[in-house]
Amino acid sequence: METFVFLFATGVSRGLVIALFALSLVIIWRAARIINFAQAAMAIVAVFVAFTVVGLTGSYWAGLIAALATGALLGAIIERGLIRRVPHVTPLPGMIVAIGLVMVLQAGLGILFGPEHRPVQAPFSESPFVVAGIPVLSPYDLFVLVVALAVLVGLGLLFNRSTLGLQLRASAVAPEVSRLLGVRVPRMVTIGWMLSASVAALAALLLVPTELGLSAHSADILFVQAFTVAVLGGLDSPIGALLGGLIVGVLITMVTGYLGAGYAPLAVLALLTAVLLIRPGGIFALKEARTA
Amino acid sequence: MGNTQKAAAPRGRRVTALTAAVLLGSATAACGAAETENTPGVTDDTVTIGTHHPLTGPAAGGFASISAATSAYFEYINDNGGIHGRDIEYIVRDDAYSPSNTQSVVRELVQQEDIFALVNGLGTPTHSSVLEYLDQNDVPDLFVSSGSLVWNQPDEFPNTFGYNADYVTEGAALGQYILDSEDDPTICLLGQDDDFGESMLEGVEGAVGDDGVAEVQWYSTANEDVTAQIGAMQSAGCDANILATINGFTALALGTAAQLQYEPNWYASSSGGDYPTLVDHLGDAAPLLEGLISVNYLQNTPESDWYELFEDVNEEYNGGAAFTGNTTYGMSVAYVFAETLARTGEEPTREAIVETLASGEVVGNGIVPLTYAEDDHFGNRTVQIAVVEDEVQDFIDYAYQVTDGEPEAVEPDPVPLENEGIPSH
Amino acid sequence: MKNIFLRAALITVLLLALTFLFDSFRNYQLAVIAATFCTVAGLSLLIGLTGQLSLGHAVLMASGGYGYALSAGPAADAGVDGSALVLIGILGAIMLSGAVGTLLGLASARLRGPYLAGLTLALVIALPAFASQLRILGGEQGLSAPYVAVPELLQSFIAPEQWHAWIAVLIAALTVTPLAVMRAGRAGLRMRAVHGDETAARLSGVVPGRVKVGAFIASSLAAGMGGAALCIITQSVTPGGYDLAFSLLLLVAAVVGGLGSISGAAVGSALIVLLPWLIDTAISAADISSALQHRLSGNLTLLIFGILVIVVTIMWPGGLAGAVQSRFVRRRRRRTRTADKPEHATTS
Repeated sequence: METFVFLFATGVSRGLVIALFALSLVIIWRAARIINFAQAAMAIVAVFVAFTVVGLTGSYWAGLIAALATGALLGAIIERGLIRRVPHVTPLPGMIVAIGLVMVLQAGLGILFGPEHRPVQAPFSESPFVVAGIPVLSPYDLFVLVVALAVLVGLGLLFNRSTLGLQLRASAVAPEVSRLLGVRVPRMVTIGWMLSASVAALAALLLVPTELGLSAHSADILFVQAFTVAVLGGLDSPIGALLGGLIVGVLITMVTGYLGAGYAPLAVLALLTAVLLIRPGGIFALKEARTA
Repeated sequence: MGNTQKAAAPRGRRVTALTAAVLLGSATAACGAAETENTPGVTDDTVTIGTHHPLTGPAAGGFASISAATSAYFEYINDNGGIHGRDIEYIVRDDAYSPSNTQSVVRELVQQEDIFALVNGLGTPTHSSVLEYLDQNDVPDLFVSSGSLVWNQPDEFPNTFGYNADYVTEGAALGQYILDSEDDPTICLLGQDDDFGESMLEGVEGAVGDDGVAEVQWYSTANEDVTAQIGAMQSAGCDANILATINGFTALALGTAAQLQYEPNWYASSSGGDYPTLVDHLGDAAPLLEGLISVNYLQNTPESDWYELFEDVNEEYNGGAAFTGNTTYGMSVAYVFAETLARTGEEPTREAIVETLASGEVVGNGIVPLTYAEDDHFGNRTVQIAVVEDEVQDFIDYAYQVTDGEPEAVEPDPVPLENEGIPSH
Repeated sequence: MKNIFLRAALITVLLLALTFLFDSFRNYQLAVIAATFCTVAGLSLLIGLTGQLSLGHAVLMASGGYGYALSAGPAADAGVDGSALVLIGILGAIMLSGAVGTLLGLASARLRGPYLAGLTLALVIALPAFASQLRILGGEQGLSAPYVAVPELLQSFIAPEQWHAWIAVLIAALTVTPLAVMRAGRAGLRMRAVHGDETAARLSGVVPGRVKVGAFIASSLAAGMGGAALCIITQSVTPGGYDLAFSLLLLVAAVVGGLGSISGAAVGSALIVLLPWLIDTAISAADISSALQHRLSGNLTLLIFGILVIVVTIMWPGGLAGAVQSRFVRRRRRRTRTADKPEHATTS
């Protein structure tokens, strides 16, 4: 039982970061109907900037703001400079361009910074509170939890309660109609990219202190897990991203703890296959999937 | 083997023909290169050797500095007259730790660059994939950079020699040291889920008995989160934890345990116990490393003259790169190859250099002389225990020689530095 | 149709003849290109014609390699050798890659673009775990496959690498020709119909699910044949050789060559095999510090691949092959769309 509680708590904190990243993929899918394979590489660029800022100013918060800003800026540049020029008949060309972008960004980081991992400190203690003899969440985990929930609630309000959110959703689902109604669709798409890249940068920033250190590849696995989660939950569903993230986070930790690390990717694959066979559009798929 | 006819490149309109033309163009260009004498890679004033190391990709972080150090030491030797008047040309090819790349770069080195020998090819999965190929082509495959037992099959692969202390040896030595130094320890192991982890476990079990290991946990390099494993070791009451980990995961394990307020004794392998590298990984958390116990077979200690020499060479020929265990390792590889080449004589051939190594006359620069033999293609069978104390990692008096998995305490007998590290035999 | 066979036969004979002009490393490269070509041709048709994005073709290629090693290995132990050995191995490759491909194909029929990409991505990531959990696959060291020696009759004038190049080229011919026939025939039309508009396709009597599964299986078999060829050339199959990076490289080849185009697949395959080698050679010849060489090595190749993928997708959706070809075509018949441009074919 102790082990179970411990593993569960560990899985939750891991799952939250995955969920946050998955959420960024959902945002971009909703705004632009594209899977941004370059999300991890973009986020890592932002994290490199963030820790340069931390190094210069000594303030984690300045770094956090720098990460968000760099993410947004990158999102805007890449959408305006690249993605906009891609033929939009199907989501395919956009996905392929994004894969090309991953290579460009990772190679660029590799050439500039070399292959070494840079050590990165968490802003809060990572020692967990011990409840009834069982170590559970640490202050840093709580920080991640608070940030993740704040972002989720914020985005929920934005999308469901604000005019901007309504316009974002409208221009993604029915661009032509939105345009007729006076929504500036291209601007909405850019905003979606900026928002998404910022959230991804935040997730990567939260993840890196718990890993080996910062390198061009630090967020690769996070992307794979988050993509799995987004697909699992349904690409259109922020709630799906959150729940999916928690489920996958706990699953990975449980399987690692009870069966061994080698089984974790197999368990994730099995879960994904099972879900997609029953619900091809993910758990929280919209009722009628649009063809094409 | 190679076909050296020339032909007019067909001006094809189809794409395939175009591709062929590209290939052909480069083929004819290569034919112009000077033909050497009978021994590949050896001319009057050079010996060309090559290797495959990960310089890009996720594995590059831990290993890219090795080949740089090796290259630097060869430059140092070349500036001091080379070996028997020949400069050593060391060609390093990136395989990104992917066996398919290894296969192609090694073929390129052998068939295109015409190397004399492959030296210090890095990694178990990568190097295994070219073992047969090197054997079929009679290329000396010297000082493989991995402690896998695969390299020690003199009957099947007479040209292949391992460099690292094999993982079984390291595991057995650590296990024996725990028995020698602790009262009633609960011995556990955290291992990488591959050959490295399994061989270390085999070594440990050889020393402490099959039921002497209370808990075994595995990690995979694809998942940089070992909280679940460390938690399991904590709840199993482990207090003497052996780490069959690479440096990054040693740091993760120590960091994670500290977060869980778990303070066992840690015992790391030579591949995962390098103090400067671990300090880099841990940053501000470096004090956790105090008391870390590890093993080594090279003179990776500030006390040693070799260490001093390596520091100088690193300043002068390696742009003052961070000095870590990888530097000592890379330069020692360069030295031991140079020594082997020197002992092979004025006219080295591929058969002769293999014979030299198998004869056991190569001494190396380790904590004891090398013990390569006809029937044993591992030369580093003795490892010494090192401890981190007051931010310095240094050897203590325990050393173990491991024969057939049986550890036996021995006296270290470090090979002294002679002739400023330029072999002259 | 007759044209396709004729062209295939011509190119095959030409390539076999060319091997006599190459040294052993060039022949090795040719063999690897041929093996890659099998996989990339299948992948390119799958993406270009039906619009199904698979990131998992490395796994399908690996299953071909494992299928080969698992059947040829025991056969060699039982004393089989020569062409019988290769045939048994290829049969194993077809069976295993076909089985994996059928399972994935059934899933693919139900999944739209990004969902299929997600599933195949998870599959690639899980391959090393499969290899280490299923002991029969030999863990991270993989399996070794028996060495296919040059037949005694030919030994005096054919080197092993050349012989392996022959085998790989023949396998490629046997794999890609059926794909080309399929592409030019009714099956190809059906695939394009499914890509364009499933509803419209359904109205004209095409069953999208069946077409998608069929295309996926065909593509998997081609990948499996590629894996078998690579296994013959390198005498081994390892999970590390078929990682995500390799899977993406296959995609690069398909995209840069031109999605849906067979000649494009050939260009793409040659590119991903030759470019890293050319760049590495250039870097080590360049007069720069060894530290900089280390940083550029590998990364520069990656950078160029990335830029190529982006540029090709945005500027020449028909790929390099398409860009060259359409220039000729335009000169002759300005207003005809080439079949190599699936994007254009479906926009109407």
